[in-house]
Amino acid sequence: MALTREQVAHVARLARLAFTDEELDRFANQLSDILSYADQVTALATEDVPPTSHALPLKNVFRPDEIEPCLSQEKALSTAPEVEQGRFKVPRIMEEP
Amino acid sequence: MTDYEAVIGLEVHVELSTRSKMFCGCPTTFGGEPNTHTCPVCLGQPGSLPVPNKRAIEYLMLIGLALDCRVAPYSLFHRKNYFYPDMPKNYQISQYDLPLCIDGHLEVDVDETKTRVGITRAHMEEDTGKSLHVGATGRIAGAKYSLIDYNRAGIPLVEVVSEPDIRSPLEAQRYLTELRSILSTLGVSDVRMEEGSMRCDANISLRAHGAAAFGTKVEVKNLNSIRSVSRALTYEIDRQQKALDAGDKVVQETRHFDENTGQTHTLRSKEEAFDYRYFPEPDLVPIEPPEGWIDEVRAQMPELPRARRARIAAEHELTPEQAAFVASSPSSVEYFDALLAEGTPARDAAVWMAGELARALNTAGETIEQARVSAGDLARLLDAIKEGRVTLNSAKKAFQDAYTAGKTPLDIVEEKGLQQVSDDSAITAVVDEVLATNQAEVERFRAGEEKVFKFLVGQVMKATKGQASPQVVDRVLRERLSAS
Amino acid sequence: MSELWELPAAELGTKIARKETSARDVVDAHLSRIEALDESVNAFLTLTPELARATADDVDRNVSAGEKLGPLAGVPLALKDILCIDGVRTTAGSKILENYKPPYDATVVQKLFAAGVPIIGKANMDEFAMGSSTENSAYGPSRNPWDLARVPGGSSGGSSAAVSAGFAPLGIGTDTGGSIRQPASLCGVVGVKPTYGLVSRYGVLAFASSLDQVGPFARTVEDAALLLEVIAGYDRMDATSIRQPVPQYRAALDAGVKGLRIGVVSDWIEGEGVQPGVTQSIRAAIDALSGLGAEIGEISLPSFRYALSAYYLIAPAECSSNLARYDGVRWGLRASDAKDVVEMNVRSRTAGFGDEVKRRIMLGTYALSAGYYDAYYGKAQQVRTLVIRDFEKAYERFDVLLGPTSPTTAFKIGEKADDPLAMYLNDVFTIPSNLAGAAAISVPSGLADDGLPVGLQLLGPPMSEELLFKVAYAYEQARGPIATPPLWVNA
Repeated sequence: MALTREQVAHVARLARLAFTDEELDRFANQLSDILSYADQVTALATEDVPPTSHALPLKNVFRPDEIEPCLSQEKALSTAPEVEQGRFKVPRIMEEP
Repeated sequence: MTDYEAVIGLEVHVELSTRSKMFCGCPTTFGGEPNTHTCPVCLGQPGSLPVPNKRAIEYLMLIGLALDCRVAPYSLFHRKNYFYPDMPKNYQISQYDLPLCIDGHLEVDVDETKTRVGITRAHMEEDTGKSLHVGATGRIAGAKYSLIDYNRAGIPLVEVVSEPDIRSPLEAQRYLTELRSILSTLGVSDVRMEEGSMRCDANISLRAHGAAAFGTKVEVKNLNSIRSVSRALTYEIDRQQKALDAGDKVVQETRHFDENTGQTHTLRSKEEAFDYRYFPEPDLVPIEPPEGWIDEVRAQMPELPRARRARIAAEHELTPEQAAFVASSPSSVEYFDALLAEGTPARDAAVWMAGELARALNTAGETIEQARVSAGDLARLLDAIKEGRVTLNSAKKAFQDAYTAGKTPLDIVEEKGLQQVSDDSAITAVVDEVLATNQAEVERFRAGEEKVFKFLVGQVMKATKGQASPQVVDRVLRERLSAS
Repeated sequence: MSELWELPAAELGTKIARKETSARDVVDAHLSRIEALDESVNAFLTLTPELARATADDVDRNVSAGEKLGPLAGVPLALKDILCIDGVRTTAGSKILENYKPPYDATVVQKLFAAGVPIIGKANMDEFAMGSSTENSAYGPSRNPWDLARVPGGSSGGSSAAVSAGFAPLGIGTDTGGSIRQPASLCGVVGVKPTYGLVSRYGVLAFASSLDQVGPFARTVEDAALLLEVIAGYDRMDATSIRQPVPQYRAALDAGVKGLRIGVVSDWIEGEGVQPGVTQSIRAAIDALSGLGAEIGEISLPSFRYALSAYYLIAPAECSSNLARYDGVRWGLRASDAKDVVEMNVRSRTAGFGDEVKRRIMLGTYALSAGYYDAYYGKAQQVRTLVIRDFEKAYERFDVLLGPTSPTTAFKIGEKADDPLAMYLNDVFTIPSNLAGAAAISVPSGLADDGLPVGLQLLGPPMSEELLFKVAYAYEQARGPIATPPLWVNA
């Protein structure tokens, strides 16, 4: 399963990571290797096998609709790189999602 | 010229009025200093984990059942992955291909036609934080930087998705009004579009009448009121029609509605669809609601608007239109019942509520729960009309003034001297005056022109500032005209 | 006469309770040792002497007042730097969190405080728990106390090295694909991967949410059992937390193994990639268990061949999503002078994450992306079902399964750094238990012919910790005392 530089670049954009062309090529190779190894998986016959997303047999876990203490504004903002008017400041947002 | 039909689907997001957020115990109260209703969970701090709010799930079930959906026996939360600063984890916990409620419908009345709009699904997700864009206009374009408040992040949201069964802006309006009425009746949300507790995105395409395939779909966002939805859809139908008639293709895109111009314009420059990379949320376990739980929730279902309207119309012999306003919410029914308790006839109550009261509420931007004239005070005003102490027109005026001034209508009548004048001699004096100054019209009446009578009545009313009793004016005027 | 730092935790706890030594002296003894030797081991990223001393002083006060405390009160512990302590630097071995101070405590940390266990420092680890050697730490690798030129294993290499070196008799790590068991094996200590859901993940920086588990390191089976008793238990802040009372693991330790059915995983004992010295050590262990009355059989588990591939699709997929929150907005490294928020995200993440983390984020993003989900992530989840079924079938015939923890002993620093796939193969025996959410333990089985530790792995069904401790203890007693690392002599 050989990945092209373009495919890797697209994935990088989705993941908000930047690479040089050389790094992109290196990733393309490494990812292709790992995916080829993983291709063994696709060779397995699993038509009637249900996927397991949770190994536990747990279900219906909820909490009651009750209010609990919040962090103070100071504590909530304590990790922020930049703060203004009690809010997290970020460089301009170019597009809405 | 091809005859096109509009194919419209609506996605409505409803903020639930639970006490605490969807996955943590922070309060959902509106307002408050920024970032004071947050905790490690709703901030998405490294190491934090979500735990679902049981009441929110029950509200979702109520909504689904009210929309005639099936509650799925097995349902999962999924992660919807994308980067955006107002989303603390850069993924939203939502539902994907295993939503909790599916396959419902909502009936919408447009004049005599009843349309059945399918409901594809209703599912659970969490709200995002709010961004303040600092720069020239306060909008994203031209902003220098943004400030994020996460108080809203994590508030429970239910998304209701309709099938593309809606065929006109009016139908869309009715759909949203009915949906809002249902949600309000269930008590699961404030459903105020202007405040953001109910939001709507529309999908619209055109196709030739009778065609089976769908046309190209356009998504429209930034619809802040039901009226905006209607306006935006009207504009889109026109825009797409013009494009198709000119032989152009409609571009599949997301467009933004501009309140001021009534137009939509392109929002997303790229055509590529978002790749949300949905996968089952590993931090949450499946929901498999036992029948007993669903039955418990179903037992909490109140009388829904459609049933309520029918019952009120039947019980009080009202027309559907009259029943519509009265039955629009449990609070309006309460108000109506209070009027009846004071002895107001049902029809009068319905007419006044749908008329003057609705107008006053609209102007003030308030809901019936906030009505500044109580049912009791309105009832007393209606009594005064019946007893001939005030004319209908004066009463209407008094009601509106009372509403703005925060006084009772009868206080206004008193203050402004709006009492009906029924005194024979007083009215006779005015009538004589009017006849004296309108000789030409008197001649014409005597010559056989009946409709001049109305003009003369009008003149008397004008002279008495509308306060003369219409019945007395009528009698006295006829007497004086037939005399001499 | 043993030094305080040479003693097992249970013994230290007893000494403190009997006022034969103060908790403060115990903490100080360990801090001195760390001061003297950690420069060469690099087990710790952040030392927390004030915190540890404050806890120790509390314990001493309570002991003086005649209070009855838990068996580990006053016994120091090395905490993998992936668990949050309020106000204390927590890096997850990454540059992107170089100065991050969480605003809250992990549940496990709260339990340790409540038990009077002094946390002596935040231990080094592979960045975001991705790795098998700590060479992926942004702060330099930790070194194996048995040979400082070799890796201690990973990703919980720092905790393992700390316990092995005598820097603390207790350690906490996390195990997603073997990250407690494999370093325990390479450092010659005991490491436990509990059943998924037994120990709370609240406050543990997530790598792969459906696989991560917090677990104990110790030098004896008894100590590990005591520590697991402290940290296990239902947590309402974790929706994947098991709601069952925590057994008293130490109580059942010496029940013996007579008649117990042990299934040796034949594909694992020897073959390509398995160091002969490892095979030898494991065979000796099997003989010892047989001698104790256990019934030994053999089993082959075919789906386990695919477990590695499934893991290297599931874990990266989940991690690509879990690590999205490190974007320079609310915490962590933020690139300066970005012209817009997307540029800021990209530059912060690119500067802050190391190569292995980037590789797994890329792999995971790809495996989840449109058009590839069914072929990769979806398929891997089906393999997971097959692995669970194979385990279930195995446990119809056997009570526990047995094999090596790691195919090799500790390799040299730098030896596998350029070949990610070779590095992944370190986890081949540990991964299946993570996929199944089951329990497993690694117990030292002596030294291989190269003088380096070998780990014996015992695997059990979910919630079988009591059984695993019983077997491990029986083996440990039969095995007798083992050598201590050369570093102990250099005190």
